[in-house]
Amino acid sequence: MITLDGITKTFGGYRALDNIDLEVKDGEFLALLGPSGSGKTTLLRIIAGLAFPDAGTVAFDGEDVTGLKVADRKVGFVFQHYALFKHMTVADNVGFGLSVRKRGQRPPKAQIRARAEELLELVQLGGLGNRYPAQLSGGQRQRVALARALAVEPQLLLLDEPFGALDAKVRKTLRRWLRDLHKQMGLTSIFVTHDQEEALELADRVVVMDHGVIEQIGTPEQVYMEPATAFVSDFVGETNHLPGGIHVRPHEFRIVEDGGQPVIVESIFRKGGVWRIEGSLASHAEVVELDLDATLAPPSPGDTIRIVPRRLKTFPQSGATSHDQA
Amino acid sequence: MDIAVNRPPPVPLAPAAPARAHLRNRLQRNRSVIPGFGLTMGLTLAWLSLIVLIPLSTVFIRSAGMGWSEFLAAGFSPRAVAAYRVSFGTAFAAAFVNGVFGLLTAWVLVRYEFPGKRIVNGLVDLPFALPTAVAGIALAAIYAGNGWVGQWFEPLGIQLAYTPIGITLALIFIGLPFIVRSVEPVLEDMSAEVEEAALSLGARPWQVFTRVILPAIMPSLLTGFALAFARGVGEYGSVIFIAGNMPFKSEIAPLLIVTQLEQYDYAGATAIATVMLVASFAVLLLINLIQAWSRGRMQA
Amino acid sequence: MNTLSILRARHLLIAAALAFIALFLVLPLAAVFMAALEKGLEAYAAALVEPDALAAIRLTLLVAAISVPLNIVFGIVAAWSIAKFDFPGKSLLVTFIDLPFSVSPVVAGLIYVLMFGAQGWFGPWLAEHDIQIIFAVPGIVLATVFVTFPFVARELIPLMSEQGRDDEEAALSLGASGLQTFLRVTLPNIRWGLLYGVLLCNARAMGEFGAVSVVSGHLRGLTNTMPLHVEILYNEYNFVAAFAVASLLALLALVTLVLKSIVEWRFAYHRRSAGH
Repeated sequence: MITLDGITKTFGGYRALDNIDLEVKDGEFLALLGPSGSGKTTLLRIIAGLAFPDAGTVAFDGEDVTGLKVADRKVGFVFQHYALFKHMTVADNVGFGLSVRKRGQRPPKAQIRARAEELLELVQLGGLGNRYPAQLSGGQRQRVALARALAVEPQLLLLDEPFGALDAKVRKTLRRWLRDLHKQMGLTSIFVTHDQEEALELADRVVVMDHGVIEQIGTPEQVYMEPATAFVSDFVGETNHLPGGIHVRPHEFRIVEDGGQPVIVESIFRKGGVWRIEGSLASHAEVVELDLDATLAPPSPGDTIRIVPRRLKTFPQSGATSHDQA
Repeated sequence: MDIAVNRPPPVPLAPAAPARAHLRNRLQRNRSVIPGFGLTMGLTLAWLSLIVLIPLSTVFIRSAGMGWSEFLAAGFSPRAVAAYRVSFGTAFAAAFVNGVFGLLTAWVLVRYEFPGKRIVNGLVDLPFALPTAVAGIALAAIYAGNGWVGQWFEPLGIQLAYTPIGITLALIFIGLPFIVRSVEPVLEDMSAEVEEAALSLGARPWQVFTRVILPAIMPSLLTGFALAFARGVGEYGSVIFIAGNMPFKSEIAPLLIVTQLEQYDYAGATAIATVMLVASFAVLLLINLIQAWSRGRMQA
Repeated sequence: MNTLSILRARHLLIAAALAFIALFLVLPLAAVFMAALEKGLEAYAAALVEPDALAAIRLTLLVAAISVPLNIVFGIVAAWSIAKFDFPGKSLLVTFIDLPFSVSPVVAGLIYVLMFGAQGWFGPWLAEHDIQIIFAVPGIVLATVFVTFPFVARELIPLMSEQGRDDEEAALSLGASGLQTFLRVTLPNIRWGLLYGVLLCNARAMGEFGAVSVVSGHLRGLTNTMPLHVEILYNEYNFVAAFAVASLLALLALVTLVLKSIVEWRFAYHRRSAGH
């Protein structure tokens, strides 16, 4: 178990992390989700021992590791841009962690090579050991970086924006593959992402961060359905802001014959299995987006439809607490 | 006096612990996982001080010890002033010529393909790699009255070698790569799209050059100019063979320093060196200002 | 019509640039070899095997053999501290390292005379202990180290800054020690930049004239480097010998340029293959 207690970090007057408390359970797959500047990468680097907090402690299984450097923490770190060693073959990259061990603990060359091949098989890159990183695709490099991190048998796997540099299609395949790999190995893993879809799809729990503080910790379901703050409601999934601090997701509207709020339809287009309607609230001139079952006949631009939220959340302007109304 | 009276009240032990933790944290904050900062920074500062900073300071300390009148008499004697005029004037003229032909060379190297381009590109750095004394005797041989180039000017009554013209020719040789290598990367970064955009808006090629390209490369051109100028002012080896070294006419400031050293006139040599150092620091400052200005302009 | 005039302008510009290069760069280079061989190969060879010439060659090699390694070590150490860490005053430090480039070589020699010469700060003390720096080999080495001071560092600082810290952090996170990280990850990453800096540093070290001239004392066979030997021969109107020794230095410059071009080519190759 990993315990963070009161982690604070400033960069020249700027508070990157403000009193962060967090517990990560063994075998958990945790996402640190937030926009850039939210402090998520700094937090990951502090857990890794690549950066050090101004205040607060990091403990692994109850043992204080705050002062320990990365090499002494038994973590595997996958860098955003992979940081593969360009001048080494893929196999040498993967075997690097074993080959730099002290003489007594260093496995023989053949064994390192075998272990590297084994890990390359695991990440589905068997037979590519003699290539150089420059000869691989982005997705393949990503998996080499992962294999390299796993080679030192870490207790904890940390991934910084693991899919950030990949195109959409590769990202999707790799995402599914990483989730399966985590299930198979059960290794405690933390990854940083700014992509809410990625966090919701992969993680057991999501930590939503903004401006150096944790806004909410919860399962993907909780974070999406029960956002604790206006920020979370906004950042995770799409949200309409209606007057009075009311947040409604586009798919949470229902069209009614009478009553409700009149909306003038401005544009309409197909978005996957639904109609996405953009319109404005007649009463407040606010823009609203709503999704409508695509099996129904769509309204036309200029029509007035009446809508009622199926489910809404209100946040006071400060966004500190929330009320449920179903 | 009773010292005990002014002693602060005993500090309870408990708050000391957070204070220490605070200190530890302060130290930790600046800690990097990458090792070796203390060692490498210490070695860098020590070596820099021993080889560069302390020896350079001798010039200023000696000058400061002279007193104003003595310093002015030595550093701004008529002969010294004439030498500055020759050094700064020829360096400026050479940097100007290089500004034109260096820009042309950079342009041709970046924009056009032609046979032998790679060789030309390598040759541009010849003045960096060729020892200055070698350049000096070669240039003297070429531009002398009976030399390959000098013989064409001799009948016209124009003497190239052993005059300020000869010094300028040597400094053009020395300064060329500064301009080319300063401007080249900026030209490379400038996409052809910008030019095409200007052309599509109806600009003539000459207007594209003066209104679009020249303003964009101006900071780098000025930087290259300043670098070539500074190098030219201090240049010695390539110049003395072609300069003629006539006091008040074709004597450069660095040569005057050497002459005075040979006559054991340390004060004179030091004063002139001080003037030259101040001048080169001023150019250095100017270069930094140009670059800061260009950075600011690009970000704004 | 328009295309034609642009084409003509292109040819004109290329021709002008090539003419300028030929006149100002190629001609002097050719002049060195022509003048050296003016009296035939025999006179050329005789000038090179003459004892004073051999002594000058030996001294030049010795000075380079001392000052270049010193600059390699300093350049790597300085670049490591500047590129891999953040601290206040960084740009001032870089400016200080570049300082020798903007100092006249003659002044570079002068400052060591003021330090270690007979009239210098340490002059009396050195005389008392019978240590000679000025007009001796140590002075030549010091002046050479000064003028070549920035070469390796200024090549490596931007390179290592650009490469960032990810590779080093990755190696450290895999358990490598600081030294292992440097030798197995950083050094291979900077090898071409390092070689580039060393080539330029070596060319300057072997070719330096002004600074060395001030501190050398021009003792034939003792404190004469190759460039100084060229000067002496030239001033004695022994032109064939002067240009013969100069041609060796010109060859060194050409070799440096060729190697540098090869490194640049490799550089570009690596950058392209590593880029996205």
